[in-house]
Amino acid sequence: MAASADSLHPWAWWLWALGAAAAASLTTNPLTLLLLVLAVSAVVLLRRSDAPWARSLRAYFVLAGFVLGIRLTFAVLMGLPMGTHVLFSLPEIPLPEWAAGIRLGGDVTLEGLLFTLYDSLRLAAMLVCLGAANALANPRRALRSVPAALYEASVAIVIALSVAPQLVASGQRVMRARRLRGSNERGLRALPSVVIPVLADAVERSMALATSMEARGFGHSRRPGTGPLVLVVGAMASLTLGTYLVLGSPAAGLGTGCLAVGAVGAVAGLRASGKALTVSRYRPNVWSWQAWLVGVSGLVAAGCVLATSWGLAHPSTDPPEWPALAPLSLVAAALLAAPLLLTTREPA
Amino acid sequence: MIELRHVTLSYGSKAVLRDVSFSIPDGDLCLVIGRTGTGKSTLLGLFNGLVPNATGGAFTGRILLGGRDVTGTPTRDLAATIGYVGQDPVRGFVTDTVEEEIAYGMEQLGVDPQAMRKRVEETLDLLGIADLRGRPLADLSGGQQQRVAIASVLAAQPRILVLDEPTSALDPTAAHDVVATLTTLVREVGLTVVLAEHRLERVMDAADSMIWLPGDGRAVAGDPSAVLAVADVTPPLAELAHVLRWTSVPLSVRDARRRVQREQVTPPEPRDAPLPTQPVALAAADLRVRYGAVTALKGANLVVAAGTVTSLMGRNGAGKSSLLWALQGGVPSTGTVTVAGRDPRTLAPGDARRLVSLVPQTAADLLYLPTVADECHQADVESSAPPGSCATLLADLGITLDPTADPWELSEGQRLALVLAVQLTAQPSVVLLDEPTRGLDYTSKAALADLVARLAAKGTAVVIATHDVEFAARASQRTIVMAEGEIVADGPTREICTSSAAYAPQTAKVFAPFPVLVPREVAP
Repeated sequence: MAASADSLHPWAWWLWALGAAAAASLTTNPLTLLLLVLAVSAVVLLRRSDAPWARSLRAYFVLAGFVLGIRLTFAVLMGLPMGTHVLFSLPEIPLPEWAAGIRLGGDVTLEGLLFTLYDSLRLAAMLVCLGAANALANPRRALRSVPAALYEASVAIVIALSVAPQLVASGQRVMRARRLRGSNERGLRALPSVVIPVLADAVERSMALATSMEARGFGHSRRPGTGPLVLVVGAMASLTLGTYLVLGSPAAGLGTGCLAVGAVGAVAGLRASGKALTVSRYRPNVWSWQAWLVGVSGLVAAGCVLATSWGLAHPSTDPPEWPALAPLSLVAAALLAAPLLLTTREPA
Repeated sequence: MIELRHVTLSYGSKAVLRDVSFSIPDGDLCLVIGRTGTGKSTLLGLFNGLVPNATGGAFTGRILLGGRDVTGTPTRDLAATIGYVGQDPVRGFVTDTVEEEIAYGMEQLGVDPQAMRKRVEETLDLLGIADLRGRPLADLSGGQQQRVAIASVLAAQPRILVLDEPTSALDPTAAHDVVATLTTLVREVGLTVVLAEHRLERVMDAADSMIWLPGDGRAVAGDPSAVLAVADVTPPLAELAHVLRWTSVPLSVRDARRRVQREQVTPPEPRDAPLPTQPVALAAADLRVRYGAVTALKGANLVVAAGTVTSLMGRNGAGKSSLLWALQGGVPSTGTVTVAGRDPRTLAPGDARRLVSLVPQTAADLLYLPTVADECHQADVESSAPPGSCATLLADLGITLDPTADPWELSEGQRLALVLAVQLTAQPSVVLLDEPTRGLDYTSKAALADLVARLAAKGTAVVIATHDVEFAARASQRTIVMAEGEIVADGPTREICTSSAAYAPQTAKVFAPFPVLVPREVAP
């Protein structure tokens, strides 16, 4: 039974994509990276919805290409002093002595280029994996599935998400309106005539929203209590102290103790403050068995790449040799493509 | 259902309500009327505690909802008792799709997900918006947004519904839909509905009772036709009653029509001067505006003569605003525009505004200085007009504003007057007004109509985009109707407005087939 890709729990997609990104970060083998990117892109292209965020993969590909281009350009201009296979030479610009260690121009070697290419391919692949999560997981729904203790924070983020475009629209409107008063001032002098109407509008908007939320019962079910708050703040202090002790002093025993107390306190505090909230969720996301499998497939794929031998995962660039394909990377790519079997494109 | 006992509310030393007592019976549609700034919104806010909880002010007295004393109860705890829809529904939306918006209130009240699912379906059906369920709120039309806003408060199943100016931003057809929805809720579901409205002609027919706020702290409650007979708020039918010296005001076109027929009132033959065509103030040919993939204006041809007032009507999104902005040059357009031999689109902003001046829909966008006096001074400077020009214009508009007042604290009508004065300081030969009557009461609208007439008498060409057919009938000689980015009708206002059901003012409907536009034409 395949689930609708649209109704799959958004955090399942994030787990899958983070697994894929982790897998990509563990290898510089271009063949493996290519397979991973192909698998991830196939899932996005075949399973994404029509929502605006679903079109974001393209932007991530552009970003990845940009990263690749920049790094290769610098590799050519500045050269990497490795290898013997000189592809071509650029005229070298002599630099003063204080810039020792930096080279401008000179020989461009195959080894240097290959090293840069493999390394930046890894970064590009990770970017594409994150883009996949963005394209597949509905950001608002992801925010709706946060623990109850963080409910108010998620409401604030959801509102910010819808206010930002409104603010942009309001800014554009005011910029357009400036022409009507014959204003062609630029720079700082023009600032008040844009900022003041936009801010005044934003304040009025917020008041209207606050009124509407209040009238519809926002805050009705949160029974304020200081107990959970004290617990969470105390737990955070304990966690901070614990981290400091573990990292910075030999008294590791005490530090671990603080960490443990802090962790328990944080969980208890979040649970207690969650219980005080009786807000219900309309059509909540269900963490189905498909969600489990999608999430796990990403993590196991990362495991597969981790289990690949160092030589296969990181083909030599000096001396350059043709990268070999590890059987485990085939398994990883297949696992990343598994959502194609577990989900369908039909909307819920 | 709603009862106020000896309620007094004051902000500082100004008492908005003084020892007010009244009750609204269960199942009534009650209309709150009054001029701008008399406290209509304040009164509505009192019912669910938004006033004074959110606004401050000194409050004494008791408020009872359905027999329960709710004085001092926090607003959020009344959500299941009384539903409140604010002035601009879009600003009150919390989520981004129709379904989630309707569920939001129930989520807050902790309604069980199963029950919530069922109630969302019922509410969608009740308001006839089931086909919109998954749509983004931003993509809906104004009337649909208003109905979603009503649905979203009704889902919590309150017995009382309060609305602040639910139709003021809507075109006549959408307004009619919303009023029909409200009538259904009162007649078929048995809700008690209280609404404040400036455009009485749209809702007074459906009203069972009326509360008039004269502005001196009193609240006059009673039967609609009795209240209207004494109120200083005069919808067209009340004006007609005054003109014909009737003692009670007919509430619907049908009532007025029957009475007119019974009393055999025959209107005189209208004698309109022919529309002038010369001298030409503005000529536009094949004007097109595109926003991305959307063509908002599909080749408009328009010639406007100096000294005339033209109204521009059509649905929301028909291209009215785009046409005005294109004429001024604020949005990129193709085609030709000529004003006094020049194209305002190619001129620097300061020169363009001396040819064509536009007062946009959100007039406040133009204001950015701390006081009225500063705004006036700045207007003089940017128009290279002698000092004091703008202030004189403002006084000419018949509006006295405190020079030290913050423009953002003014009422909608006052702000509009200020922006109008600022824009007129440049002495443009063409003035464009985009929805100027939003938030204006009948008195301010009459003042605006007079002002427009004076501008026209001085030779200015005025073009007004508006949904307000009553204002168009009163203020303009020529009417252009737009649809889908095209001009679909163009002619004398009397001809266009009396021949169409959607754009006919109430007086025209009362006297049809006689082409009467405004009540004063039938004065005996």
